[in-house]
Amino acid sequence: MEHVVVVGAGHAGVQCAASLRDGGFAGAITMVAEEEHLPYQRPPLSKDHLGEEPTPLPLRGATFYGDSAVELLTGVTATGIDRERRQVTLSDGRALTYSTLVLATGARARRLPGVDEAHLGVHQIRTLGDADKLRAALEKARRAVVVGAGFLGLEFAAVAGKKGLDVTVLEGGTRVLGRSVSPDMSAHIAEAHEASGIRLVLHEGLSSVQVGEHAAEAVVGASGKVYPADLVLLAVGANPRDDLAREAGLEVADGILVDADLRTSDPAILAIGDCARLSNPALGSPGRLESVQNATDQARHAAEVILGSAGPFAAVPWFWSHQGALRLQIAGVRGPDDPTVTIGDVEAGRFSVLSFRDDRLTCVESLNRPADHLAARRLLAGDRRPGPGDVTAPDFQLKKFAAP
Amino acid sequence: MPTVVFHQPDSPPDVVEGKAGTSLMRAAVENNVRGIVGECGGQAMCATCHVYVHPEYLDELEPIGEDEDEMLEDTAAPRLDRSRLGCQVALDDALPEIHVDVPPTQV
Repeated sequence: MEHVVVVGAGHAGVQCAASLRDGGFAGAITMVAEEEHLPYQRPPLSKDHLGEEPTPLPLRGATFYGDSAVELLTGVTATGIDRERRQVTLSDGRALTYSTLVLATGARARRLPGVDEAHLGVHQIRTLGDADKLRAALEKARRAVVVGAGFLGLEFAAVAGKKGLDVTVLEGGTRVLGRSVSPDMSAHIAEAHEASGIRLVLHEGLSSVQVGEHAAEAVVGASGKVYPADLVLLAVGANPRDDLAREAGLEVADGILVDADLRTSDPAILAIGDCARLSNPALGSPGRLESVQNATDQARHAAEVILGSAGPFAAVPWFWSHQGALRLQIAGVRGPDDPTVTIGDVEAGRFSVLSFRDDRLTCVESLNRPADHLAARRLLAGDRRPGPGDVTAPDFQLKKFAAP
Repeated sequence: MPTVVFHQPDSPPDVVEGKAGTSLMRAAVENNVRGIVGECGGQAMCATCHVYVHPEYLDELEPIGEDEDEMLEDTAAPRLDRSRLGCQVALDDALPEIHVDVPPTQV
């Protein structure tokens, strides 16, 4: 009998199992889940989970796995792949024989040299366990230093600021969200956080964390400046978990390399989500994305590939971030030098920044403008896109342009 | 615990219980109600938990927020007067039962 083994039970892994069953897959499905919990949604961990809603939101209800004949092994890690025998070995000593293996191993929080995360008061956010610890720490902490002004760092900063903590965010780059949004959007978001009382320090990296007798007491910046803190969050990005693939001899380059069918260099093994990198991505796309949309769209596609019904993978990437009153939604991926046009009401904090490459729309970043975002997703999925000349017209609206 | 009845377009309704103070979307996801995706985890960012609330319950709910209103303008299934995003509908013991229709498509 066919047996699909899925390593990883995040958004990608669970969606892949669900889509296989939705598509009529009749073979066996086994999921290898490192954590003990029922597989859960990650985005709330840096937002609602730290505030009003500490109950994790499951990806599927508890009965899904039994009802769908998906064997869910929790608290177990995959320790090796024997590609000749098509077997995955597990930390509990078992070996699973697969006809297709799907690697959905995700990413892990990047660590910084010289920082021991085991110290009380030093946190990262990746898992439910991380978020629970951080939630408890937030109740007692007074001064937080966040290292890294990416989505995660700023989402946490907004939550901590709202709880009344004194919050400082250190960012080594020249601006906040430098890898993710245009300079215009970046500047507006920085201003909004500063207006709400969060201190932003740019061009400042981390040198070390000063630890007192029991817990973290301060962060020492690369500049030598000392920032007192009883809570430190390291939010400096994530690395793909590609070790298992590398050790099995699969091609890996900051992510498990996959073709347009999401197959690795071994056709019996697919990789999806944060851990996968497309060998030949569409123009302007980095090939590896860390997002819920990418995880679930690749999972659906991988299921189609296994079922033998897929075309090449193509999906419009989209992202969101919720930082206090700021609701940021992004459709598409911009190149670092793509010129931009801003539409909407910047003063009121409701606007979109449109990026173009060779006069072709590549990306729309919307702040508190959900209608623009949804229209942008439809436009970027097709070829009829507005050019810079269209969008500067006084009555231009993305939604009207996108209307069929 | 409030009861939510999800009427499906082509199958018998799903009758589930949710906790007061949590959302209708959560009740659906925790109970594997077909047709409710909730991909963004309840942030009104993805519009994949669209439901049609039965008219008699509409006035019992908190009014539609600005963001929800805009997201509803572009749902996969057409917006009706009784459209809501499930993640923005809080369950409440004061409303022991609510009926909604699940649209034929979310994505």
